[in-house]
Amino acid sequence: MKDRGLSRRKIDIIIIVALVFSVFVLRLFYLQVIDESYQVMANNNAFRNVVQYPTRGLIYDRNGELIVYNEAFYDLMVIPGQVKAFDTAEFAQLIQLSVPECKKRLAAAKIHSRYAPSVFEKQISKETYGRLQERLYKYRGFYAQIRTLRKYPKSVAAHVLGYVGEVSPSMIEKDVYYKQGDYIGMSGLENFYENQLRGQKGQKIQIVDVKSQDKGSYMDGKYDVYAVPGQNLYSTLDLSLQELAEQLMQGKRGSVIAIEPATGEILALVSAPTYDPNLLVGRERSSNYHNLLNDPQKPLFDRALMAQYPPGSVFKLPQALIALKHHVITENTGFHCDKSLVGCHNHPDATNLREGVKMSCNPYFQQVYRRMIMQNIDPNRFIDSRKGLAMWEQDILSFGFGSRLEIDLPNTKSGLIPNVVYYDKIYGENQWAFSNFRSVSIGQGEVLLIPLQMANLAAIMANRGFYVTPHLCRKIGDNIPNDEYAKIHLTTVDSSYFKEVVNGMYDAVYAPGGTAHRAQVENITVCGKTGTAENPHGKDHAVFIAFAPKDDPKIAISVIIENSGFGGTWASPIASLLIEQYFTGEVKRVQMKQQMQEISFMNEIKP
Amino acid sequence: MNNDYRIAKNMDVWLILVYVVLVICGWFNIYATVNTDQQASIFNVSQIYGKQMIFIIMAFVIAAIILLVDMRFFMNMSYIFYAIVLVLLVAVTLFGTKISGARSWFTFGGFSIQPSEFAKFTTCLALAKYLSTSVVVLKDIRSQLIAMFIMLFPATLILLQPDMGSAMIFGCFILALYREGLPAIYLWVIFFAAVLFVAALLVQWYIILIVLAIAVSLLIFINKRTFKNIAMALLLFLGAAAYTYSADYAFQKLQTHQQDRIKILFAQEIDTQGVGYNVSQSKIAIGSGGWTGKGFMQGTQTKYNFVPEQSTDFIFCTIGEEWGFVGSVLLLVLFFILIQRIVALAEQSRNKFSRIYGYGLASLLFFQVFINVGMTIGLLPVIGIPLPFFSYGGSSLWTYTIMLFVFIKQSASKSMF
Repeated sequence: MKDRGLSRRKIDIIIIVALVFSVFVLRLFYLQVIDESYQVMANNNAFRNVVQYPTRGLIYDRNGELIVYNEAFYDLMVIPGQVKAFDTAEFAQLIQLSVPECKKRLAAAKIHSRYAPSVFEKQISKETYGRLQERLYKYRGFYAQIRTLRKYPKSVAAHVLGYVGEVSPSMIEKDVYYKQGDYIGMSGLENFYENQLRGQKGQKIQIVDVKSQDKGSYMDGKYDVYAVPGQNLYSTLDLSLQELAEQLMQGKRGSVIAIEPATGEILALVSAPTYDPNLLVGRERSSNYHNLLNDPQKPLFDRALMAQYPPGSVFKLPQALIALKHHVITENTGFHCDKSLVGCHNHPDATNLREGVKMSCNPYFQQVYRRMIMQNIDPNRFIDSRKGLAMWEQDILSFGFGSRLEIDLPNTKSGLIPNVVYYDKIYGENQWAFSNFRSVSIGQGEVLLIPLQMANLAAIMANRGFYVTPHLCRKIGDNIPNDEYAKIHLTTVDSSYFKEVVNGMYDAVYAPGGTAHRAQVENITVCGKTGTAENPHGKDHAVFIAFAPKDDPKIAISVIIENSGFGGTWASPIASLLIEQYFTGEVKRVQMKQQMQEISFMNEIKP
Repeated sequence: MNNDYRIAKNMDVWLILVYVVLVICGWFNIYATVNTDQQASIFNVSQIYGKQMIFIIMAFVIAAIILLVDMRFFMNMSYIFYAIVLVLLVAVTLFGTKISGARSWFTFGGFSIQPSEFAKFTTCLALAKYLSTSVVVLKDIRSQLIAMFIMLFPATLILLQPDMGSAMIFGCFILALYREGLPAIYLWVIFFAAVLFVAALLVQWYIILIVLAIAVSLLIFINKRTFKNIAMALLLFLGAAAYTYSADYAFQKLQTHQQDRIKILFAQEIDTQGVGYNVSQSKIAIGSGGWTGKGFMQGTQTKYNFVPEQSTDFIFCTIGEEWGFVGSVLLLVLFFILIQRIVALAEQSRNKFSRIYGYGLASLLFFQVFINVGMTIGLLPVIGIPLPFFSYGGSSLWTYTIMLFVFIKQSASKSMF
């Protein structure tokens, strides 16, 4: 029955089968072993690397009261490579966007990356998220990512805290940690302590199915990296003092700084006008920021650290101390109030230093400074002045002037202490003498201080000769932020010289003929010094520095109010109210407080 | 008793072993395709893997029954079975349940039965019966036509459902016919037709004509230049040219989704989200398996529904993803052993019926593996047919179980003839 010829065809058939299977094996070898792109595509299909954002550290005041906390919201993310055709109209309506806008964003995300997630819509409200969540399965490639926003229960201390914003492309280039859509501290403490506050991002590998639904974590989270939460910042601020200072500075331009003298801890730091920090949060952030930026009163400008003023009469304090140190005057030196030298108000002659400080006599201090600068070391008055100024510079710089105080905020100015090099540049070498800069004696002319340096001066007076660099952070996490803030900076003037100058400050507040009676506080000994920063563009700026109590001081304050005239009138009552608040926990002088809150100098010509 | 004992002794252990391995592996793979969310015990009958277990048990029962039946029963009943299934095919086209666009199923309660699967068996029987008749000589055109008719009649009915994939399978019997003496020219014609069809889609018609012209010139040059040879060569050229033209025309006449599937295959269109989605996801799943795969139940592509139909037509993806190159090749080797063994046993058979039947079965298996695996690895267009013994579903499993065990029984009883 067998057909010999045809049975050979068995081999043909087996060869056909073997050939086909061999082709399959080769193809499988190519797909599975050679071409590795399928592995990548499979991972892109099924794995979603979900960034775990750490919660940003909270910020507390010195009494443990919360100043900044976080509020949760959602970002709608999209992975363009996973998006399948969907009902754009329904989707657009869900997230309250127009259809063309949706298409535009999707196209933009596609340009950014097909496989990496992009933010499709930022900061979705809880209500929208609620509606969206139920329907998200319909929109393959979309998912919601939880994020947090800063929230400020008291709406104060905007300049201190700073704000958090989205990283710019240039920041991403500088630091690989940041990715598009990440948040970063842009200013203030948020910026200065960014690395500690932000924590460390983590990553979770999530398995998703074809509908983009979460199917749990890959390998039970074996490859997940947990986010490290940001460290909490315990600030030196006294929230109630800060709040009061801001209230009092309403309608004014200027600044208030209060420091605990012994520690350099800043109790309050106000730059007025200020703004509500809640404005620079969330979806409205950029438009609010734009408005603030264009506000003619420049609320974003931090006057406490960035505005430089001639300090006026408060500068007489270091002048007196340096002269004492150099023995060019004694505590009992008196000078005639010679108005032909420099203008002064009407007051009896100061017969000693204490009276000179109390009455803030301009001719007195000009003569003090003259003795300091021109010590008759050299017969040539140019060389004599040069040597005198060089000696003086050594001492005045030890008060923390003329250079940046290393406060823990990103931007501060250094002010200006004119020196030999400075005048050489203006007048030529040996072409200048005391007469060229005599107004420096009373804090006018070329000398410039920032309000923080004036507050620091108050602290130096309170400490009788030293300061600790003013700072805002006591503790971040469990760490002391900087050894600098435990270091005592001695001035070159011995504490023994401070006694009579401080007495003069006390008299300025309490003695008849003093310039700062409005600074008095019941049951507390306040020492103060008024100043008037001359303003060539308009009404003078009022300056007042004070500390209290006289013995064992607990608070040192500087108040600057632009265009309000003499320092005793408007600046000293603010200091007084703050001292009252700080020591008694309340303000009993309601009427005074109200008056200070209501008075405005905003309409004066800008500096 | 003595007889039965001899048959039991003669049964081919290899075939049974490979069969059991395939069926059990299929069951486990079906289990692995199911999402962890719904994962229950593999014996849970509310899930497809539990149902498959029941199908498998029933398949074993069927196999046992077949081994008890006298093989002459199937031989004698061939035409009757063939006729019954033809009636069923007509009935299903008219009254069947429509599932994904085709009226291919009869549903009773929760069960569906696909007559086109059983048609494979009955057609194989009928063909074997016809060809084993001593008067049939496949060199004759008449015999050829009748054999073709037996093959293509059920295929045509199935095409009406319409289920092009299942219908195409019936073309496989051409291999069995070839073994029984069908001139080789038929295979060559089919081969060149396929090549030309692909060429017509891929390159410009004039290039094909130029290539054909050169080929025909060579033919004339090599052969004796008799008038007959030259005329034949020219006729061949004209025929091929006409075919190329009509292939393109026929392609345009295909349903759009079929056109798209073919276009995708030849990368004329790159659309991984639309029509090409199935194939691209299937390739991703298989390709991501690497050398040894991701491990049992660890496949992400098949488990999380990226691959469509992953328990039926695309079950090979699970093997590729979870067992890698090693697993995939092993599976192909199993099928090769199965086919090779059937061919070898068929060849040893002293009975013409059982030889032809064996070749029919081997051809069916080969064709179905060829089309199914070729589709999942992107070498053939998407044609929805299951992988024998492996894919989820009762009809296919039972049909191939019946066919295989009828063959096993026949080859075991060969000594009786």
